[in-house]
Amino acid sequence: MRHLLSISDLSKAEALQILNTAEELARVSDGPMKKLPTLRGRTIVNLFAEDSTRTRISFEAAAKRLSADVINFSAKGSSVSKGESLKDTAQTLQAMGADAVIIRHSASGAAQRLADSQWMTGSVVNAGDGTHEHPSQALLDAFTIRRHLAHGGDDLTGLHIAIVGDVLHSRVARSNVLLLTKLGAQVTLVAPPTLLPVGVESWPVKVSYDFDSIIESVDAVMMLRIQLERMTELFFPNAREYSRYFGLNKDRLKKMKPTAIVMHPGPMNRGLEITADSADSARSVILEQVTNGVSVRMAILYLLLAGSQEIGASE
Amino acid sequence: MSSTILISGGTLPDGKKSDLLIKDGKISEIATKIEPQGAQVIAASNSILLPGLVDLHTHLREPGKEDAETVESGSRAGVKGGFTALSAMANTSPVADTAGVVEQVYRLGQSTGLLDVFPIGAVTRGLEGEHLAEIGAMADSVARVRVFSDDGHCVFDPLVMRRALEYVKKFNGVIAQHAQEPRLTQGSQMNEGIVSSQLGLKGWPAIAEEAIIARDVLLADHVQARLHICHLTTAGGVEIIRWAKARGIKVTAEVTPHHLLLTDELARSYDPIFKVNPPLRTEADVMALREALADGTIDIVATDHAPHPAETKECEWQEASFGMLGLETALSIVNKTMVETGLMNWATVADRMSYAPARIGLYENQGQELKVGAPAHIAVMNPTSLFTVDRDLVASRSRNTPFHGMELPGQIVATIFNGAVVYEGSQL
Repeated sequence: MRHLLSISDLSKAEALQILNTAEELARVSDGPMKKLPTLRGRTIVNLFAEDSTRTRISFEAAAKRLSADVINFSAKGSSVSKGESLKDTAQTLQAMGADAVIIRHSASGAAQRLADSQWMTGSVVNAGDGTHEHPSQALLDAFTIRRHLAHGGDDLTGLHIAIVGDVLHSRVARSNVLLLTKLGAQVTLVAPPTLLPVGVESWPVKVSYDFDSIIESVDAVMMLRIQLERMTELFFPNAREYSRYFGLNKDRLKKMKPTAIVMHPGPMNRGLEITADSADSARSVILEQVTNGVSVRMAILYLLLAGSQEIGASE
Repeated sequence: MSSTILISGGTLPDGKKSDLLIKDGKISEIATKIEPQGAQVIAASNSILLPGLVDLHTHLREPGKEDAETVESGSRAGVKGGFTALSAMANTSPVADTAGVVEQVYRLGQSTGLLDVFPIGAVTRGLEGEHLAEIGAMADSVARVRVFSDDGHCVFDPLVMRRALEYVKKFNGVIAQHAQEPRLTQGSQMNEGIVSSQLGLKGWPAIAEEAIIARDVLLADHVQARLHICHLTTAGGVEIIRWAKARGIKVTAEVTPHHLLLTDELARSYDPIFKVNPPLRTEADVMALREALADGTIDIVATDHAPHPAETKECEWQEASFGMLGLETALSIVNKTMVETGLMNWATVADRMSYAPARIGLYENQGQELKVGAPAHIAVMNPTSLFTVDRDLVASRSRNTPFHGMELPGQIVATIFNGAVVYEGSQL
């Protein structure tokens, strides 16, 4: 593995390797010495061309626990409005000797552009590109689901997971559809027809416009953030109606299987796609997702940069 | 400028092998064997002779964007592709919406002298879609504009479109419509379909093209005016044109070489070299376009040659400019997609790339059959000679060819304009 751009680039074995590595690294993080010397002397750049505090901090924590040097580079806004192009930025990072670039960008495909170009030679990690993919999020989601629901199994065979909300604009949904189905889960997308992509029938998922019809059968619900500007873009009439049909609330929570869990990639719009009591309920694993994010991102950086070294190998 | 040229042993569009003698800018003799008698000889025994190609849709970028192309560099690219006439689109800076601008472009073409440059006038002032441009003045200018287009923008207001169609009837002009419903394509990046959904790039649905074509053929029927549809890309659009022609509506349509060959699958690279408006569509659309070009539903091939400087393509897909180079590779791609596939013969190529576009644009003196007395505008092409497209070797000022690295069949051996050799390939 040289880059992590899209879940579609990963085989099932590679995906499981990341999850298994993350489990090992999580055990280290739980121990007294949180920090590993593995990536000492390596330079990792967080190139965040779009606001995202939580993903940036998660990658930063992951890199630091592996003893890498971390440089945060935030080029807010698009290349055009900023004046400096992605090419110039990439060449600058190359000149600084970046071993890996973690890129968050509002343009779909920005990570792949960086990886495919001759502008830089380091590894590229896609930390969310436009409405395309967010592979590390899907990996941490799969990790969280596996911990809770796989009963010691390796993959997610037999589990039914609902991804609910703005699938059309969601990179989290795209990466999760690819990964969860690769790992054997059955995925149902739940959304109003306006917020489902054209051609969704070619995806390896089921589609439902009716949240209530599937709520009793799912093992996990993954609520997607809904952006209020979608309302002015005519995707749904108003926030109240959206919440009524597609929000997670107490009534729906009660109908879920006893073991079922509630997930959200954050940041949440409490009261819109998820009520406060749902977000804070015993079913909610939302904060665990955050914790697991660090382990999974450590695993990604470790596998990209440390090659075949053993985890925890001393200096 | 050589006064006499002998093209020896070439094959005419109808398949007959003949020698062809050019004197004083005209074809003076066609016969099985003509003695050179001091004429410059072009050996064409492996080659097809076509009437000089006529492009009805070219972006020459001058005035205003001379870093991308000029009339002079675009003319060089044109003759390298076998063209002897180009139609300079109006979306320059300033916009070609007055007699002054079209005359400037026309004169630049004349002074370059490699081929005919026919300026296209804007339909509306500043391409803004609201007020008619100075259509009459452009028609009466020395540029004698007959084709009007807001290309790059759709004339989306139905009343403006109706008035434009009616107004140009005065001189038998034609409105060339860029069919793109603006509300359905806000922020669109590529064809809307399975690929765009996977890539997370905003879709440009086929219906946005088809809806405008359907409206405009009805308008053209209603006011009995001439309508031309630019760069048709969809199977649905083909069906509407077919229906309209069957009804006797005066509509013509063009297809670009890139839409005859490339599909939206190429966007998976996120390389904006494949970003173009209207976008690359699906395989099914490509096949429908080829069939329609062969059966005449689509009248012509037009390049939509759209040069852009490097920095507008060396970036993220959504930041990049729309458009591709087309002049230098057009005939090779038609050869590959239409002739080698058996869909068209060279006589039909001559029609789709020379006679028909000249007829639509009312370009007298262009698009004439190769016969004694006709003006000597000739493209000589060796259809079996393979070459690899190299963006560093293009005549255009820009390098944004989507065909870079692709092996294509058919190299231009020579281009003759007004009886003079204006381009000679390395084959000579």
